Amino acid sequence: MDIFGIPSQALFGQLLLGLINGSFYALLSLGLAVIFGMLNIINFSHGAQYMMGAFVAYFLLNGIPIPGMAQPIKLGLNYWWALLIVPFVVAAFGIIIERLFLHRLYNLDHLYGLLLTFGIALITEGLFRNSFGSSGLPYRAPPQLTGGYNLGFMFLPTYRGWVVVFSLVVCIATWFVIEKTRLGANLRAATENPTLVRAFGINVPRMITLTYGFGVGLAGLAGVMAAPIYNVSPQMGANIIIVVFAVVVIGGMGSIMGAIVTGFALGVVEGLTKVFFPEASNTVIFVIMAIVLLVRPAGLFGRTA
Amino acid sequence: MKKFLGASVLALALATASAQAQQVSVKIGVLTDMSSLYADLSGPGSLWAAKAAAEDFGAEKKGIKVEFVSGDHQNKPDIGSGIARQWFDTEKVDAIVDVPNSGVALAINQVTRDKNKVFIGSGPATADLTGAQCTPNTVHWTYDTWALANGTGKAVVKTGGNTWFFLTADYAFGHALERDTSAVVEANGGKVVGKVRAPLNTPDFSSFLLQAQASKAKIIGLANAGGDTVNTIKQASEFGIVAGGQNLAGLLLFITDVHALGLQTAQGLIFTEAWYWDLNDQSRAFAKRFSAANGGKYPTMVQAGVYAGTLHYLKAIEATKSGADGKAVVAKMKELPTEDPLFGKGTIRADGRHIHDMYLFEVKKPAESKGPWDYYKTRATIPAAEAFRPIADGKCPLVSG
Repeated sequence: MDIFGIPSQALFGQLLLGLINGSFYALLSLGLAVIFGMLNIINFSHGAQYMMGAFVAYFLLNGIPIPGMAQPIKLGLNYWWALLIVPFVVAAFGIIIERLFLHRLYNLDHLYGLLLTFGIALITEGLFRNSFGSSGLPYRAPPQLTGGYNLGFMFLPTYRGWVVVFSLVVCIATWFVIEKTRLGANLRAATENPTLVRAFGINVPRMITLTYGFGVGLAGLAGVMAAPIYNVSPQMGANIIIVVFAVVVIGGMGSIMGAIVTGFALGVVEGLTKVFFPEASNTVIFVIMAIVLLVRPAGLFGRTA
Repeated sequence: MKKFLGASVLALALATASAQAQQVSVKIGVLTDMSSLYADLSGPGSLWAAKAAAEDFGAEKKGIKVEFVSGDHQNKPDIGSGIARQWFDTEKVDAIVDVPNSGVALAINQVTRDKNKVFIGSGPATADLTGAQCTPNTVHWTYDTWALANGTGKAVVKTGGNTWFFLTADYAFGHALERDTSAVVEANGGKVVGKVRAPLNTPDFSSFLLQAQASKAKIIGLANAGGDTVNTIKQASEFGIVAGGQNLAGLLLFITDVHALGLQTAQGLIFTEAWYWDLNDQSRAFAKRFSAANGGKYPTMVQAGVYAGTLHYLKAIEATKSGADGKAVVAKMKELPTEDPLFGKGTIRADGRHIHDMYLFEVKKPAESKGPWDYYKTRATIPAAEAFRPIADGKCPLVSG
């Protein structure tokens, strides 16, 4: 059976691939939405932090290079360890940034946060490029997740299936914590009216610092997940971050649910464009963004101010 | 005594004055990608190679003062030609070398002609530089799309890969490579069953690979480069493309790409290159020097081409005694036979094409590799006479008059 001139089997395959890419968009835009929703910071260094996640995973497996030492320190920690450790390492980096710079900007215009994080992204990427070159480093999927399944309409690599399931779980858990738990309620209240929440004896600055760390940790986690699929390269964040920003804008800045749903949906749209009009696959998301902004300036799930 | 001193000072002054009168000075601009996807295969390594060529040539002893400047074109033709104009107009640059990225190189090609300077291309691939867009000011050194297509395409079709599907980078270089390879495939009795054009710098190729898989073509030709090729090959192995009976033909692959992929993923790939560091004693010696100066990296064919091209340019400067007239220098470069430690003996044709042997390489299995960067085995040497497009087929206006 053909649908729009494409065999239905191939179409299902493309839909599934779109969903897989969408899970990266969802995971990254989720972190961005959390940071914007709670801190009002447009975190332009999110892509660089995602790239750091992939690099830290590579270091854990192949050794940590120390300047001035000939041999890197070997740790030999595999993918599963990376999945556990990397988010904390990258989050720690985020917390340092927040404590040193970002917390001075909360009362200023969004633009300052954007410029600062953009600068941090450029510096981070530059440092990694100078140290490790531009063509990237190899990182292989763990042996438990290699191979794949023949679904009839396509060959699904086990690792990609794992990416979809894992990111769905992370997305839903994050949404649940922020929207349905007491912690999430405090957090949301603190961003609405920090003075009042502080009066209840809650340490608001610490909460905000940890939230930024959490958002950045999500970027690091996405980086670990990406390492076996894409090459671990200093540019990987710069390439994806613009798309992810478009996803966040379409979903509605700061909306957690919007980030998750549009992340997956736009992955699928992009996948289908690759079949029908491949040359436009890099731009289709921005066309959608333009249309959405015209019709609903606050985004699909955004609350109008 | 005083008289003697005075006389010797006078003599010394005269001697320096005459030496200065003989001194020729040239300024070479290395225009390359310093920070993005081609930075490893050219970039800072190309600048090092150009400087090494001047040193090995013994320019100073021969009375030639060589200065270098470098610039980052960021893979954007407008930025590249802006830098070139500034160099030519205000900084007295005489020659531009390298310029990876065909789009930028075609722009530089025009600027160089307008200003009557010299352009020695090592990085760019498009065969149009010595074809329809050839100029009397350009020498194309290392490789081109026709040579890649011919080397790899012919070899693959002859070993049974007669149906092709192209995965093409959607810009000047990808289109040229796809066009030239299709011609070779069809001329050798093969058939192109389909193609898909992917935007430059696409992170995920799985959709395109799925289309290639559905086409049932025996060969998936990768008409892309750098990070795009690396990601395609990596993801093809993930989707079991090769295990499913289809083969990949990497039409343009650099040693830095193989290094980025790791032998486990890259093993068995067949492709054409102009140069490899482990070809002979001289190339090994060059690689050793390069590696020591460039953080353990090994040179690519592009960097080798920058070295050889700069060396030959300086020979022409020695002969013409001036770098001011670009056309005259290039004419001299074409007249002198080329000889350098990396490419051996060769010639530069009237259309600006440098002619040398090309090689068909295969990536070693992890077990076959004896050390770092020991990645290739030579499958065939393509003799210089066959490696490049016959001069009459290029439609270069310089040749047909």
